[in-house]
Amino acid sequence: MRILCILLAGFLAMPVLATQGKVEEFMLDNGMKVIVKPDHRAAVVVSQVWYKVGSSYELPGATGVSHVLEHMMFKGTKHVAPDEFSRIIAALGGSENAFTGVDYTAYFETLSKDHLERALELEADRMHNLRLDKKEFQRELAVVREERRLRTDDNPNGLLWEQFGAVAWRVSPYRNPVIGWMHDLEIMTVADLQAWYEQWYSPDNAILVVVGDVQPRDVLELAKKHFGPIEATGRASYRARPEPEQKGITRLEVKVPAEQPRLIMGYKSPAMVDVKEPWEAYALVVLNSVLGEGDSSRLTSRVVREQQLAVSAGSSYDAFSRLSGLLELEAIPAENVSLDVLEKALREQVADLKNTSISKEELQRVVNQTVAKKVFARDSLFYQAMLIGMRETNGYDWKTLDEELQHIRAVTPEQVQAVARKYLVDDHLTVAVLQPRKAQAEGEKKS
Amino acid sequence: MIRQLVLLALFLLTSLAQALEIQSWQTEQGSRVMFVHAPQLPMVNLSVLFDAGSARDGDQPGKARLLNELLLEGAGDLDADALARELESRGIEISTRISRDIAWISMRSLSDKAILTVALDTLAAVVARPRLDEDAIARVKERTLAELRLAHQSAEDVADQLLMQALYGKHPYAHDPLGDEKSLEALDEQQLRSFHDRYYTAANAVVVLVGNVNRNQAELLVGRLVSSLPAGEKAAALPQPERPRPGITRKTFPASQTHINMGMLGISRNDPDYFPLLVGNHILGGGGLTSIMGEEVRNKRGLSYGISSSFSPLWVQGPWILSAQTRNSQANSTRQLMVALYRDFVDEGPSLKQLEAAKKHLVGGFPLKLSSNKKILRRIALMGFYDLPTDWLDTWSSKVMQVTASQIRRTFRRRMPVKNLVTVMVGGNKK
Repeated sequence: MRILCILLAGFLAMPVLATQGKVEEFMLDNGMKVIVKPDHRAAVVVSQVWYKVGSSYELPGATGVSHVLEHMMFKGTKHVAPDEFSRIIAALGGSENAFTGVDYTAYFETLSKDHLERALELEADRMHNLRLDKKEFQRELAVVREERRLRTDDNPNGLLWEQFGAVAWRVSPYRNPVIGWMHDLEIMTVADLQAWYEQWYSPDNAILVVVGDVQPRDVLELAKKHFGPIEATGRASYRARPEPEQKGITRLEVKVPAEQPRLIMGYKSPAMVDVKEPWEAYALVVLNSVLGEGDSSRLTSRVVREQQLAVSAGSSYDAFSRLSGLLELEAIPAENVSLDVLEKALREQVADLKNTSISKEELQRVVNQTVAKKVFARDSLFYQAMLIGMRETNGYDWKTLDEELQHIRAVTPEQVQAVARKYLVDDHLTVAVLQPRKAQAEGEKKS
Repeated sequence: MIRQLVLLALFLLTSLAQALEIQSWQTEQGSRVMFVHAPQLPMVNLSVLFDAGSARDGDQPGKARLLNELLLEGAGDLDADALARELESRGIEISTRISRDIAWISMRSLSDKAILTVALDTLAAVVARPRLDEDAIARVKERTLAELRLAHQSAEDVADQLLMQALYGKHPYAHDPLGDEKSLEALDEQQLRSFHDRYYTAANAVVVLVGNVNRNQAELLVGRLVSSLPAGEKAAALPQPERPRPGITRKTFPASQTHINMGMLGISRNDPDYFPLLVGNHILGGGGLTSIMGEEVRNKRGLSYGISSSFSPLWVQGPWILSAQTRNSQANSTRQLMVALYRDFVDEGPSLKQLEAAKKHLVGGFPLKLSSNKKILRRIALMGFYDLPTDWLDTWSSKVMQVTASQIRRTFRRRMPVKNLVTVMVGGNKK
């Protein structure tokens, strides 16, 4: 999130065409994983280095440290001056940036294939040679506080989601905002960053993903040359903080100057890592799509168009997050519809999933969309690398991307109904509402 | 110095070697077609662009967008539910979008013949035979009102719109494409239909196709698509905007930050000063954190997270906007710094080093602009819409290379003097 970054939808992989080679995976002696996917459509390459660290690794009082460190990774090493990294890549015609999420921190360069080695050399350098300068740190921390004001403090929707996460989770580190609480961003020190860097930035906690006009063996050689000499610290260790079972509906209200009310709801739902049978997670994927993905989903066709209670409504679920998360519903009420009425309507749709099984047509729609999205995903080098990187960083094999379609094809209406009954239970629900507080009369003057 | 030049020449060769084979033709009905054969993936991207953006709203702000949004709410024999099912059950994606100049309808489908046929037939109905059902109109109006409320609660959106208003006054680029409450209320089916009849015509359309179909198939597909449209005629040329009144407008807003937007009238798509201004702006604030603004405002002083400047070339002079956001207490000093940096840039122009770095980035990064079907489509769509020559991409790099530092300085002084700055500041009132 060093500069606004895009988010995603859809999946990847499929039969191999001439222009796309097989994904190959290597392990360096120091424990760094290298994954390469050839794509020869353009003489371009995307390189991404993923670290297994993000806000869900952070401790109370030190939230936001992963993201601030991400910013500082551009502020110089033993060999490269502050901001020089960006200037070098820019002069090669490339673009670079980075993003931090709850479960990962990733750095990327997109550039002409001839310059891949330079990008790898620079990434290897900052994996172990970062220089954390106090003055640079103070300035960058000020930038991050501005980023927080922009994204969260002055953004009613951002604030609602932040509060929602902090309330839905009592213990799980998914309660931490990625950007960090403002007070944590005020007291953070350069020593905090140094310790965080030393704990998590090590080849055995990193994955290199390269997609583009390359040969896997060549990338392996470059990776060996530049990352190979870096010693693993073996210090990356995570202490689990599992969420205790929720024992009843949790509600919260956010009142801020705003104009548009909004409702979000979340049911505690397991990620693949926590289900005994993988079909449960795939059934939740199908359930989520039928419920709230797209214009033909139930939330849109029924709650928006038929009942006219919302102007928009949708849902989301990630089967491949590192820790178990939520199946979330979000809706904006139609004019003069109360949030209570809207909540009832959404919960009716959830109840319907438990009471009756989904139709064959609905199931087929999800399968066909998955097939198409897997092809569409192959149009973007960056997105292909991103899918691989996210899976691996969250603890799943990238091959699960290739297996997804067959698992979704195997889901039955009965299984969807079963997971609805098992997981979408009221006692595991959190409901958050944004109640606008009207701002004072606004003035405008010209000078 | 010489080593530098050789290096740049190599960049240039690489990008030229990659030149796309863009095929362009005119259909019988008068639509311009842009096509790139991309057989590597079993998919097709297709966009239809009508000269029917919000600049065509006339005295009914929001009309162009309301119609554009209604296209997916029912077409031909299919009501909104049936249309959504028809597309999504086959994994076909159709989306619509409006800008000041353009009404976009974009489709993405597998190239499998059975699916592609349905995709094209449905798309034809979507662009040519919108149902404009009464309940759909009411629904989209209500959704638009919610979007207006969301825009009104965002200091950034308020600042953006305030600046456009200040820059364009009575010109059709001035108003928010969303429209306003009063205008939306009054819009009815008849008005929307006559807008559709006037602007959603073959002569007013550009069709762009990138994907796994050959030239013959492409001609057939596009022919079938545009034959569903009436011939019609091209939209009239837009008026030239008048020079705006410089000055600072402040608006209080309940936020901890103040959004600082500065602007001027910028360039049109066929502007003779296009390249010096483009390259100059890249050095000034277009090149992210390596630009002068990124370096001085963010890297050296930590004043703002987002800091950038950009030209948006349109049919007639589109806006040039320089923007940042910072906590209220330092808003004035940040604005002064931005003005001072801008003044220095206009007075002195870029250094040779800055110019070389910008050229290396722009020319060296050329292959990145065409690395996916989607990116290719967007590039050639704008070429087609704005009637740019088909060798526009082939000559782009050499035109960037020809720009000189003194040319940038002269052009900014003449076209973009500091005294013309129009500024809006929104924020400053967090309770």
